[in-house]
Amino acid sequence: MSTQLGEVVLSCKGLHRYLGQDEGRVHVLKGVSFEARRGQVYAIVGPSGCGKSTLLYLLGLLDKPDQGEISIDGKLMSNDEDSSRTLARGEHIGFVFQFHFLMLEFTALENVMMPMRKLGRLSQTQMVSRATQLLESVGLGQKTHRLGTQLSGGEQQRVAVARALANQPSIILADEPTGNLDVTNSGIVFDLLTRLAKENGQAVVLVTHNPEIAARCDVRRPMRDGLFVE
Amino acid sequence: MSLSCIILGIGLFVITQSATRGFEQFFIKTILGSDGAARVEDKRQATIQSISAGGYGSPFEIQIQDRKYIEGIDYPEQLKRSVMTFPNVTAVSEILHGSNVTIRSSFKDDTVQIFGINIDDHLRVSDLGSQIVQGTLDQFRTAPDGAMLGRVMADRLHLDVGDAFQLDVSGQSRTYRLSAIYETGIEDIDKVRLFLKMEQARSLLKKPTGASYLQLSLVDVTRAQSDAMWMEGVLDHRVRGWQDRQKEWLGVFRALAISTAITVTVFTLIAALAMFNTLAMIVLEKTKDIAILRSMGYTREDISRIFLWQAVIVLALGSLGGCILGALGTFAVSRVPLQISTLFKTNTFIVSWSVSYYIEAVLISVVMVMIASLVPSRRAARLEPGDIIRGTAQ
Repeated sequence: MSTQLGEVVLSCKGLHRYLGQDEGRVHVLKGVSFEARRGQVYAIVGPSGCGKSTLLYLLGLLDKPDQGEISIDGKLMSNDEDSSRTLARGEHIGFVFQFHFLMLEFTALENVMMPMRKLGRLSQTQMVSRATQLLESVGLGQKTHRLGTQLSGGEQQRVAVARALANQPSIILADEPTGNLDVTNSGIVFDLLTRLAKENGQAVVLVTHNPEIAARCDVRRPMRDGLFVE
Repeated sequence: MSLSCIILGIGLFVITQSATRGFEQFFIKTILGSDGAARVEDKRQATIQSISAGGYGSPFEIQIQDRKYIEGIDYPEQLKRSVMTFPNVTAVSEILHGSNVTIRSSFKDDTVQIFGINIDDHLRVSDLGSQIVQGTLDQFRTAPDGAMLGRVMADRLHLDVGDAFQLDVSGQSRTYRLSAIYETGIEDIDKVRLFLKMEQARSLLKKPTGASYLQLSLVDVTRAQSDAMWMEGVLDHRVRGWQDRQKEWLGVFRALAISTAITVTVFTLIAALAMFNTLAMIVLEKTKDIAILRSMGYTREDISRIFLWQAVIVLALGSLGGCILGALGTFAVSRVPLQISTLFKTNTFIVSWSVSYYIEAVLISVVMVMIASLVPSRRAARLEPGDIIRGTAQ
């Protein structure tokens, strides 16, 4: 597979998603279409409840659309079996969540190695080496053996960025990656995410409420009531 | 919580099994050491009884085949040779028994039962050798008028080794000397049995031939009942295994074992329930981790496996801890002072050390815990990562 910058790695067409049941059923996404290219950083912005996160989970194959198509690296994945969607997540997608979502009982190194362990492409030595390298690149080379509980919020989020990059995915999806951090740490994490993604030719799609972060992205896509408005 | 429940469950299982079976096994050992694994007793004789079928004076008769037992054994040597041909039999001792014999010491009179034995034969079918508490077997062998008396009767009569006493049978009185005092721990034996050499017993009881019964030792004592039935058919003598002779006490021990099993089952169920609760709680607490793993490409089976492994680890630690607790508890119980001297003699609580209790306890826990772990682990696997993350984000 080619990894040329500008190539479309993620696309969706006419996505509809309903959440809730019976009278509480809400039409969250109303026919959203979107494309993400390698080396580009996309910001999806909008008020709470407009469907940003729902769209992100659909793009990350964590959820299934009620209607519409999602393609990863040109392959239609939206209605595939759970097993192939799970495999695609491991191979092509890296996630960064707002609340870090580290496994706190494990060290930073072990957290970064987890996706690699599942994919099974590297030996133990290679995994340790790559995880150490990734942690060094996010400035945590000295804290590789610290447990999740022994890291600050900003450090945990940097580990989460390193973990998202572990399997060299073509797509990084980040849900409010700086939402839980102070200004300094927000800047560090965003810079890391965009720098590493651009270096590796990855598409970054992030959902954010932070206008400064959104303004620094290559593409800004505002959403309102389940649709992109620009 | 589940770990401590498993440790307690396994530990208590081992302790209760060790304590319950300890008494049962000690009782069986005492019985086998005193009365042997089986006895060949009275001679069996077939009889035919005729009943008039058509009333008085009727020529029609129904003949009913029956059998009766004639007390004692007429040809013990011949029977001993036949008994020894049975593969499970290791030794046979011929015994001549006489009851209600008056024993007189300088202190008081009492009644005993005479057991005429060939000492070397009898040592092969009993623990008499190790039951001697005063005097020696050699003294019994060498003294022409030697006798061995149980501890309870010796105390009653104030007799010591070397003391003389008289036995009165059928108007005649003979003097014997006490060569040894034995103690089986079974009061009913220690207060009535007086061992004499076979020739002395024959002379005293005026039975120059025959024997009262043969006492057998077996390689596999658990087969005593089936061997007894087999021998009875072949030898035409009543043969009784130790299980038949002691069925009342064995019934008591069986009831105790069932009661223990019920208690232990309750403990194990509690351990399983604790495991279920713990894992269900972990699934609730770890939904976030499940979502992370699923987002990284871990499959539903991987998630299920993680929770099952967690159960396996808790189970392994619990089993190890439970076995250690069981061993320590059993040791502690074995040191508890307890005076028993009627059914058998002991000064402490009797326990039975057997690897099988530990294996049984661990196997039961494995089954219970794995069943209890399946539901939470499957629930964890079914969780949708999107739902979890959306829920956490809210």
